[in-house]
Amino acid sequence: MSIEISAKSIQPIRLSYGNLEERFGNKKPASRYQEAVYDVQPTANFQFRPIWDKNHEIYDKKRTAIVMEDWYSFADPRQYYYGTYNITRSKQQDVAEHNFSFVDKRDLFDSVPDAVKQQVRDILVPLRHVEWAANMNNCQITDECYGSNFSSLAMFNAMDRLGMAQYVTRIGLLIDKNEETSIDAAKIAWMEAPEWQELRHAIEDMFVLDDWFELMVAQNFVLDGLIFPLIYNRFEKKLTKEGGATVAMLTEFMDDWYAETVRWSNALAKVTVKESDANKTLVSEWVAKWTSRLTAAVEPIALKAFGAEGINELAEVKQELLTRLGKQGVTV
Amino acid sequence: MPSKKLNLRKRYELLTRGMGWETTHQKMDDVFPYDTFEGIKITDWDKWEDPFRLTMDAYWKFQAEKERKLYAVIDSFAQNNGQTNLADASYLSAIKLFITGVTPIEYAAHRGFAHLGRHFRGDGARIACQMQAIDELRHQQTQVHTISHYNKHFDGLHDPFHQFDRVWYLSVPKAFSEDALSAGPFEFITSISFAFEYVLTNLLFVPFMSGAAYNGDMATVTFGFSAQSDESRHMTLGLEIIKFMLEQHEDNLPIVQRWMDKHFWRAYRLLALVATMQDYMLTNSPMSWKEAWDVYFVENGGALFEDLSRYGLRMPKYHELATAEADHISHQVWSVFCSLGNATGFHTFLPTEEKMAWLSEKYPDTFDKYYRPRFEYWAKQQAEGTFEFQKGLPQLCQVCQVPMVFTEVQTDPMQISYRVTEHGGDKYHFCSDGCKDIFEYEPEKYVQAWLPVHQIYQGNCGGATIPEVLEWYKFSPDDTGDYIGSRDHARWQEWKGTDAMVKQA
Repeated sequence: MSIEISAKSIQPIRLSYGNLEERFGNKKPASRYQEAVYDVQPTANFQFRPIWDKNHEIYDKKRTAIVMEDWYSFADPRQYYYGTYNITRSKQQDVAEHNFSFVDKRDLFDSVPDAVKQQVRDILVPLRHVEWAANMNNCQITDECYGSNFSSLAMFNAMDRLGMAQYVTRIGLLIDKNEETSIDAAKIAWMEAPEWQELRHAIEDMFVLDDWFELMVAQNFVLDGLIFPLIYNRFEKKLTKEGGATVAMLTEFMDDWYAETVRWSNALAKVTVKESDANKTLVSEWVAKWTSRLTAAVEPIALKAFGAEGINELAEVKQELLTRLGKQGVTV
Repeated sequence: MPSKKLNLRKRYELLTRGMGWETTHQKMDDVFPYDTFEGIKITDWDKWEDPFRLTMDAYWKFQAEKERKLYAVIDSFAQNNGQTNLADASYLSAIKLFITGVTPIEYAAHRGFAHLGRHFRGDGARIACQMQAIDELRHQQTQVHTISHYNKHFDGLHDPFHQFDRVWYLSVPKAFSEDALSAGPFEFITSISFAFEYVLTNLLFVPFMSGAAYNGDMATVTFGFSAQSDESRHMTLGLEIIKFMLEQHEDNLPIVQRWMDKHFWRAYRLLALVATMQDYMLTNSPMSWKEAWDVYFVENGGALFEDLSRYGLRMPKYHELATAEADHISHQVWSVFCSLGNATGFHTFLPTEEKMAWLSEKYPDTFDKYYRPRFEYWAKQQAEGTFEFQKGLPQLCQVCQVPMVFTEVQTDPMQISYRVTEHGGDKYHFCSDGCKDIFEYEPEKYVQAWLPVHQIYQGNCGGATIPEVLEWYKFSPDDTGDYIGSRDHARWQEWKGTDAMVKQA
């Protein structure tokens, strides 16, 4: 039985903010996502040029070679604004927290074979530096991008990367009963071990890229498109077979995160290359350039993780990435 | 074997430090190109003490909890037509000024802190700035959501971001935030985190949020409570950065002092809009601007600077003038708005008898003597049907961009305070020595200023006539003019029967 609660009905004089009526019509209220992220960034009548970059306005479309008629033509398929973003991550961290304390309380690492633990130390723990770099790169995108839709998206991504760098660090601590040995060793490996140097070199070169959209392609399309499937998925499965299911419990956040993130990076690739042939050429060139460089950089890590089989694993991951980007219209 | 016990401090350190590295393929100065040119010397970034210790998992958890509560209230407010519980619909002029003038600054702070969150060389400082960058994004987004329901029922709230880039009085907050964004990272953080958030934020926050509570605005007050714990993190960051710069190298002191002087004055001039809101727009005012200034700046600010004097930092220049002006600025700025009410995106209204009695009590030395006669004269003109809005446009200060309405309060409160300087063969006008000093230190910056009145005269704002300019602003006739007789007023009467403003009129 439904009960009619009588409430005074007051007719609104409009349903949405003006910019959203212009974009989406005035027939129904705008969504909270639309209200939060559309058209917030100033676009005109800037008061001063940045003293640190006199060739650009404070917000400037010319900070990338990509040209969009409307920088809001891309929409986040997840429709994240701050509230929904945090509520989603909060639920995921509840699960992660539960998993970490379960592993800790039951001393689950005690039953993981030493050989598996060593692989975690060698392959997984150094990735805290990779995530840290991804945090910097997405913060760079937040800083330089055009439009509040982009800055919101990149900001959430930057914070996600900090969170994941911290989860990886906790794995490093947990595996050694809170001793810092693995973390320290991973830092040394990151700085000195031959298998990490090509990747570190590529990442340092990404730090100084001029074009934020190229950085978006290099970091969020290509590097993530290699590392996440290769390590947080395939390598985890390998460890599970070798008796390391415990590790997979602790990296579930990363695996889920990537499945979610691919949704927006696909949508972004699609909208950008569809806009013009010039965009399509640029994105395709960047994808080619960074896929080639980063696949080569990840290869020694794949070999260390999978042995000789690493070549095939990486080739498959690379092919999946290119096929996926190809479906969005990128020339691969 | 049980795990080693890790204390919280150590655990936090391991989760936030040591992930960055000294780059070898690219020079550190190329990876972090912006943190040295201002002359601030940092000898050891590791000395940075995090002002708050939050890992991301904790951040997500706490913030999600706050968001769940906030959106529950916003939804309930909309469902129950919470707008009908306001003290009066004229109160919304304050909210209109807030969403057009303050919400865009929150977004600017988001981008500015993202710039710092990438470009400070120290890991700890970067994380602190990133947390603030995402918090500021939160404030922008939740403010838009909180005010969304009002936009459905009242005028003047529909295009805040379009207006921020264009409207004559909104160039005051725009120029303020873009001044900081276009500066180097240490100056930005001194401006926003210290001068604005630490020294002056209570003067913005308390009037708006207590004002909301005093006037039945449940939506805004809930946002205010929700944002409070973010704000206290931001204030802690403000204090930490100042201490850090001053402890790192003695050469930093004169630079920090100059920024302090500049951004105190910049932020204080911006707050003239808040003073006006507090004394005139709120139907029920929790405290006067002068009372707020005395508590939050003279007492609290005084104690703060006494604490900082051990680093050699002194009170900001011209703070005595700001204190003397506390008796005047709200009356002066509201007079400007009332005389240009045909060109404001919120409704103006003359103070009621009751409000004037309150102002007389709160401003015994100035209101009756200087300002009451003006409002009474206008009220008489209105009653006789002879009141007209001002035809011309006011001259703006080249730096703060407030119309030139401030007076020589220390010598002759009826004399407009004018300052002028020459640069490159042109004359530039200022409202005060504070603004003139700022210009003279960096003239090449402030000659760039996009002054709305100049731009209107140059034909860059939609046309040569006021209606054309207003259309370019996206001000509809329903948005502007006197509250009495407006569509907002008509709807309010329809909901409430009668109201205080009508009885007065």
